[in-house]
Amino acid sequence: YLKKVKKRKKKYENKRVIISNLPFGSKKQKENPNRYYDSNKIKTTKYTILTFFPKNIYEQFHRFANIYFVVIALLNFVPVVNAFQPEVSVIPICVIMAITAIKDAWEDFRRYKLDKEINHMGCYIYSREEHAYVEKCWKDVRVGDFVQLQCNETIPADILLLYSSDQNGICHLETANLDGETNLKQRHVVMGFSSQNTLFEPEFFQNTIICEMPNNDLNKFKGYMEQPNHERIGFNIESLLLRGCTIRNTEAAIGIVIYAGHETKAMLNNNGPRYKRSKIERRMNMDIFLCVGLLFMMCLVGAVGHGIWTGNFSEYPPYDVPDENGNFLSPVLAGFYMFLTMIILLQVLIPISLYVSIELVKLGQVFLIHNDIDLYDEEADLPIQCRALNITEDLGQIQYIFSDKTGTLTENKMVFRRCTVDGIEYSHQENARRLENHKDLDLDDEDFAKFQHFTLPPMNIERQATYKQTTTKPLGRCQSARAHFQGHTRNRSLGRRDSNQSQVAFSSTIEKDVTPDRRLLRRVREAALQTENLSPFIHTKTSTSLTDFFLALAICNTVLVSTATEPRQRVTVPPPIKPSGITLEKIHQIFQRLKLASLSQSFSSSQSSSDLGASFSAKNTEEHLAALDCCDNDGNCCASGRGDEFQGKGSTDIGSASLDEVFKSVTNSSLPTDFCYEAESPDEAALVYAAQAYSFTLVSRTPEQVTVRLPQGTLLTFDILYTLGFDSVRKRMSVVVRHPLTKEIVVYTKGADSVIMDLLEDSATADISAEKRMKRIKEKTQKHLDSYARDGLRTLCIAKKVLNEDDFQKWANFRREAEAAIDNRDELLMETAQHLETKLTLLGATGIEDRLQDGVPDTIAALREAGVQIWVLTGDKQETAVNIAYSCKLLNQRDTVFTINTENKTTSVFSQETCESLLNLTLEEVRKNYEVEKPQRKFFGIIPTSCSASEAPSPEFGLVIDGRTLNVIFQAGLEEQFLALTKHCRSVLCCRSTPLQKSMVVKLIRRKLKVMTLSIGDGANDVSMIQAADVGIGISGQEGMQAVMASDFAISRFKHLKKLLLVHGHWCYARLAKMVIYFFYKNVSYVNLLFWYQFFCGFSGSTMIDYWQMIFFNLFFTSMPPLLFGVLDRDVSAETLLSLPKLYKNGQNSEIYKLSTFIITMLDAFYQSLICFFVPYLTYKDSDIDMFSFGNPINTISLLTILLHQALEMKTWTLFHLVTMVGSVVFYFIFSLIYNATCVVCNPPTNPYWIMERQLSDPTFYLLCLITPVIALLPRFFIFALQGTFGASLILKAQQLDKLPKGQQDLEIQKLRSRKQTTSGAPVVSPGDTETRGLSTSDVNPLRKETPEEGYYFFNRWAEEESTATDSSAGPFSGHYPPVPSRVTNPGQNSGKLTKDNTNNFNHGSHRRSVSAVTL
Amino acid sequence: RYSSFSRRQELDTLTKVHNPLIGTKTHPSRCPDNSAFKQQKLPAWKPQLTPATVLPSFFLTGAFCLAMGVCLILSANSVREIQFDYSDKCSDCSKLRENSSNWNKECHCSVNFTLKEDILGDVFMYYGLQNFYQNHRRYVISRSDAQLLGRNVNKSYCAPFTTYHNGTPMAPCGAIANSMFNDTIDLFYNLNSSAIQVPVLKTGNSWWTDKNVKFRNPKSYNLSSAFAGTARPPYWHKPVYLLDKEDERNNGYVNEDLIIWMRVSAFATFRNLYRRVKRIRQFADGLPAGNYTFRISYNFPVTKFKGRKHVILSTVAWSGGSNPFLGIAYVVSGTAATLTGFVITAIHLKLRKKKTFFQK
Repeated sequence: YLKKVKKRKKKYENKRVIISNLPFGSKKQKENPNRYYDSNKIKTTKYTILTFFPKNIYEQFHRFANIYFVVIALLNFVPVVNAFQPEVSVIPICVIMAITAIKDAWEDFRRYKLDKEINHMGCYIYSREEHAYVEKCWKDVRVGDFVQLQCNETIPADILLLYSSDQNGICHLETANLDGETNLKQRHVVMGFSSQNTLFEPEFFQNTIICEMPNNDLNKFKGYMEQPNHERIGFNIESLLLRGCTIRNTEAAIGIVIYAGHETKAMLNNNGPRYKRSKIERRMNMDIFLCVGLLFMMCLVGAVGHGIWTGNFSEYPPYDVPDENGNFLSPVLAGFYMFLTMIILLQVLIPISLYVSIELVKLGQVFLIHNDIDLYDEEADLPIQCRALNITEDLGQIQYIFSDKTGTLTENKMVFRRCTVDGIEYSHQENARRLENHKDLDLDDEDFAKFQHFTLPPMNIERQATYKQTTTKPLGRCQSARAHFQGHTRNRSLGRRDSNQSQVAFSSTIEKDVTPDRRLLRRVREAALQTENLSPFIHTKTSTSLTDFFLALAICNTVLVSTATEPRQRVTVPPPIKPSGITLEKIHQIFQRLKLASLSQSFSSSQSSSDLGASFSAKNTEEHLAALDCCDNDGNCCASGRGDEFQGKGSTDIGSASLDEVFKSVTNSSLPTDFCYEAESPDEAALVYAAQAYSFTLVSRTPEQVTVRLPQGTLLTFDILYTLGFDSVRKRMSVVVRHPLTKEIVVYTKGADSVIMDLLEDSATADISAEKRMKRIKEKTQKHLDSYARDGLRTLCIAKKVLNEDDFQKWANFRREAEAAIDNRDELLMETAQHLETKLTLLGATGIEDRLQDGVPDTIAALREAGVQIWVLTGDKQETAVNIAYSCKLLNQRDTVFTINTENKTTSVFSQETCESLLNLTLEEVRKNYEVEKPQRKFFGIIPTSCSASEAPSPEFGLVIDGRTLNVIFQAGLEEQFLALTKHCRSVLCCRSTPLQKSMVVKLIRRKLKVMTLSIGDGANDVSMIQAADVGIGISGQEGMQAVMASDFAISRFKHLKKLLLVHGHWCYARLAKMVIYFFYKNVSYVNLLFWYQFFCGFSGSTMIDYWQMIFFNLFFTSMPPLLFGVLDRDVSAETLLSLPKLYKNGQNSEIYKLSTFIITMLDAFYQSLICFFVPYLTYKDSDIDMFSFGNPINTISLLTILLHQALEMKTWTLFHLVTMVGSVVFYFIFSLIYNATCVVCNPPTNPYWIMERQLSDPTFYLLCLITPVIALLPRFFIFALQGTFGASLILKAQQLDKLPKGQQDLEIQKLRSRKQTTSGAPVVSPGDTETRGLSTSDVNPLRKETPEEGYYFFNRWAEEESTATDSSAGPFSGHYPPVPSRVTNPGQNSGKLTKDNTNNFNHGSHRRSVSAVTL
Repeated sequence: RYSSFSRRQELDTLTKVHNPLIGTKTHPSRCPDNSAFKQQKLPAWKPQLTPATVLPSFFLTGAFCLAMGVCLILSANSVREIQFDYSDKCSDCSKLRENSSNWNKECHCSVNFTLKEDILGDVFMYYGLQNFYQNHRRYVISRSDAQLLGRNVNKSYCAPFTTYHNGTPMAPCGAIANSMFNDTIDLFYNLNSSAIQVPVLKTGNSWWTDKNVKFRNPKSYNLSSAFAGTARPPYWHKPVYLLDKEDERNNGYVNEDLIIWMRVSAFATFRNLYRRVKRIRQFADGLPAGNYTFRISYNFPVTKFKGRKHVILSTVAWSGGSNPFLGIAYVVSGTAATLTGFVITAIHLKLRKKKTFFQK
């Protein structure tokens, strides 16, 4: 048997073969074929104690600077060229490397501790000796072991599921640790593996498992199990339990370990943070080369000078000391050696401590960003995560932002808004109103909780709709109660056992409670009554399609049902009632009982709540409720926890109970509790909730069956024959069910409108009237869909199809074959799915709103004001994207929007040409407009002269482009034109773009425009874009963790971007840029002192400063202030930065650190070093001063100068700053005094004994220390003072603003901003226009409020273009016409076949949207 | 690379969930502290360079510097200093010294000068050297501090002036000691055709710490035995323990001329303190006016490096020597500060006028 295995192993070299470990006890371990696989012990540490030094040093040598300094230190060991004592010269590099090593070791140690913690978590492994599952550590889990997992246990390794306590062989997983998705995933026991139902016996497991090698694809896994009889059982990812996930809803599961430790998919996916090089660092590296050049020049001067100086003597003077043998060097050779000596001497010109300082500073900056409370999301309990540690300052230089739409700009919380059934639109006005109110409600959640206590007594029935929502909110269990940040308690997780569980899994009330449309509700009830009164299945057409529509909504999904009391317990069995036989009489009975019960209990609860005061929580109330209304004598459980229903009834007479209420009470009385729906995508849940609102309640779901309760109270249980899951290629999903009563086989399909519309049944078979009707419905539905899209809703079409038994059997055979296939299973499955989903009958369509996140328009406006170009790259369809863009103020009402589309699916050379000419045409148009606009602005502008050339007019164009056109542009090399066009555009929208295109766009902009880019997204489809940009930001939202894993920073809300960029970005950039510049300055000004001395010592490489003091100068005396400065300095306060986004431009244009500032700083450094050297020189000239006595004041002076220079640069003085500043000076003096007093011969041959002491008793020393820094810093101070007087830059103004009192500050900010706005060319600012202006800016979704005329105007034309576009693209292009097959809406306006009508609008000051759409 | 940051997060999520085996771990909120430091809201002083703060600083600095500068210039002017270049006046001797084979031939020359006024106070006598690069790197290190401290030294930077070929160590070793200035200069006061030697102090010229801490003779019953087994450096005429014939305690490594020479000068042109006038008898107030003669025993060759030798008589003030530079620097920078103050005032006033005009 073993031989066989080995043979097979050879055969499948890229496969993994696993057998049970059990036959191999501890003795036969050597024969175990699993022994080669990784154990489950994880080790993420890089070093061990033994390997730390060699490995760490090796790694540090990967940094060029370290090599440089080590080479120089080694050079110092060569006697002829050494400048210092060789031993001493090693110290700086050793210290630098030691600091880095300590940092690395500390990080590694933390990793070690975490590893240990994880490795020692426990789990149950089957032991052959004890014939039972024994507890072991995670690290002892080996491939081939059998592991038993219990509910809520974390999975220790990748395990193939072999047994589940669930009778259906299903195990539920929560993968939040892995991908952040909080909805439950189903995993099932390997299909066809026989030992289900009986308890799994590991010892009888004799199968061989063959699967693929470890890889990091979380969604793909394939393999098969070979039984002893050579029968193969296939399995896939559906049977694999992944490490790090948590078992839910399943009592016990047993599996065999497939991958362990580092080979698990979770570990392979975890790459840790990435290391990018920031813009400043790139710039810095260039400047370091400049420094190298400078160093070379200085060394050359030294070498030549020394050569000449040596050559000047006819005879060797007594001070020219020969080498040990008494030989003298020739001048040329001496010069050459001197060159090397000078390199050693002046090496510090390349700032040795810069790299390690930058690293430390960035750590500090990351720490502060990480701790910003404003970037903390209380709902998710997540602060910002900084995954990349070294690009903090890039946040301050962003010029382009590429944003995803769904989940980034929008909440990705799907809310059912409207629907159309059978061509009739139900607008759900009440629902819309509810959503409008929601925001206010959400804000003072707590007040409502209190409110609820006092208003439990009956309410006005008209207000029931809104009231219901407000009162259920604190009571409902499935909501994610808003955690109050500064509140007293986080009133989340009512009645849930594991309260630490994040709440995201459950839909919030806003998604849950759909207020039904009155008209639709009536119709549904009518239909229901008809079915009730008449024979169940003879009813009118409308009612069928209505029923079907809602059935489809309820069934056609993969939603899991759980109840409120048992949040994670799946409901699989329908409740034990038979409500189908309920008569109206019975309903009345139930109703009365309920009324009594509710009255009594609501009384008591309000009583008790008042007794206990405000602290009495909603939870108690609810438990109370649950306890009271338990079961009635019929055995029907009626544990409805919804107090509002009862109150509603309490206020009304029984006799006058309307039909509405009867149904409601039936619905509620038969509900065991509230249901919670857990869906894989939020849209699905939204639809199920919508169906529930119309009393089509999804009650339970198993893989085989789905139960729905109808409005009549009937429970219908459908057998699920197949579920064809959603995929992005088909863009639809279907379920095949058998109707329980008619026994028909029905296919319910829902999917994107573009797809479904093409798959509808050809109406050839039906009679003419039906055909007409179908056509009409289709048209109407399409119209409604368009209007939904216009409102920014996500649209889905619902369709059905009835299959006859034969067709189904035929298809089912195909399907089974496809499922059994191993090789190209995916393709086959796809094919069968497509085969089924044809000839559908349209039922209706839904519009789901993807709500904008909080503060998105504000953030976008602020970022735009900051000069950041914002692009939206989305896979969504154009209409939705455009409308979201309008509602988040990405596009303005006044903007001219150009739309470039390619409908032509085949990208040919021809269309490339067309595209090119199109781009050119648009560009021309834009440019023309520019010219026209300028004089206009002058005419309208309030300030006629001041806004001249200094302010560039901001472009007022928007561009919408789709993925196909992008493809053409990339393929045809039209990037230049495209970029030229986009440069003029205020914002660009790329719709229907694939992940690859997203990243290509980002790369294009980055490469061609050489700008700093930032990508922000939340989903897996944004990963490539996030990685392509300079700064990638992931939103840790609902769509999983892939984006976060790929990102540099992970935030939880889009609005956090504002503070992250405007405040932290600005600060980090300003701090780091200033610090880097300062480091260059510091080193140059200090090293130059030595250089100047060479002119007085025959270029012999002498130093007048003791070497120890030189080393300490850089390492200790002047290192702390710049570090602190780099971490803590705030040039402008956060509030001002947020209110004046224009300040961000400072970083964008790299104003602090660019070549000119670098050169200026270098010149200043030269000047200061000249002063610091020559003032003491001239003072001590011709005196009996000795070398070190001369060097000591110079050292002191330059220390003071360098620190004072830093002080001038510092804009914020906290206690820390003061302490380090003064501390540095004090430390210097104390060190010098001690060192000079103790070291008599400790440091041969230099001997600074008693220098400092003597100098401190010399008045000249003090006089020098006073005057020299003053002279050295006078020019800089003068410039600063001048700037302060002029108030030239915005930054300075902002600094002055900071000092003003609050009210005045706001006033000034307003002034600054308004001036900016007028100058940046918003054309409508004249007082007469304020009304229109106010309107356009206050609109959240302008289209909704606009007059229909305007709205339709836009969309009529839109539709026109859409429809004609297909025609023209289909037809052959004629050579006589310009190759732009676009439809001209306003042919008289221009001949370029490009529509645009903004010029007139400007004059009228109207806020009408002007759109030009060009379609290929 | 893994960072502990992300690992922490990973573990957080791992341990956050309920694990029956390790127990429910209550996880604290990850909400950052609302402390002033972490929220970057530490109370801070934000200096601003507005005219209101800048102008006083300029004017105050200017005034202070000007006042200081005047004081310094005055005090520097009060210093009397006379300097004689005797390398030309003793041209015969310097020619003699060009040939190093004449090293043991004595050569004397004298320099006469007349003091028109008394030099009051302490008078210091310096010898000055020009173009002698005592600060040359290899020269500077060519010494052994340990040897000068009276210790036995094996390792030193003295090469090639460590030992003779026969292995006898030089005492003191190194190029500095070897090239020691060895002219003797005596000052005579010509009073009524009789020359009175001006009494001078040979000791107390060097730093106290040098004499008492840094330099020590090897321990022995007498000096010559202490230096037994060593030889004088090649350029020297006499061994180190015979440097001062008159004062036994001023011999060996603690000889003050040696100590002063060993303190290498910062520049190629420098002076070293040689003697101080002993204020007794007619020299109690300093040097009276009259004719004086320097009698110089010319030993130190300078011509081969185009050097020059000086002898300098000088007094000192509280601010140092006669160099007026520091005073000038103060005056100049004071003036500059005041001027820039005025410039800024002018600009400020002009701007303010303009601003009001602008706002109107």
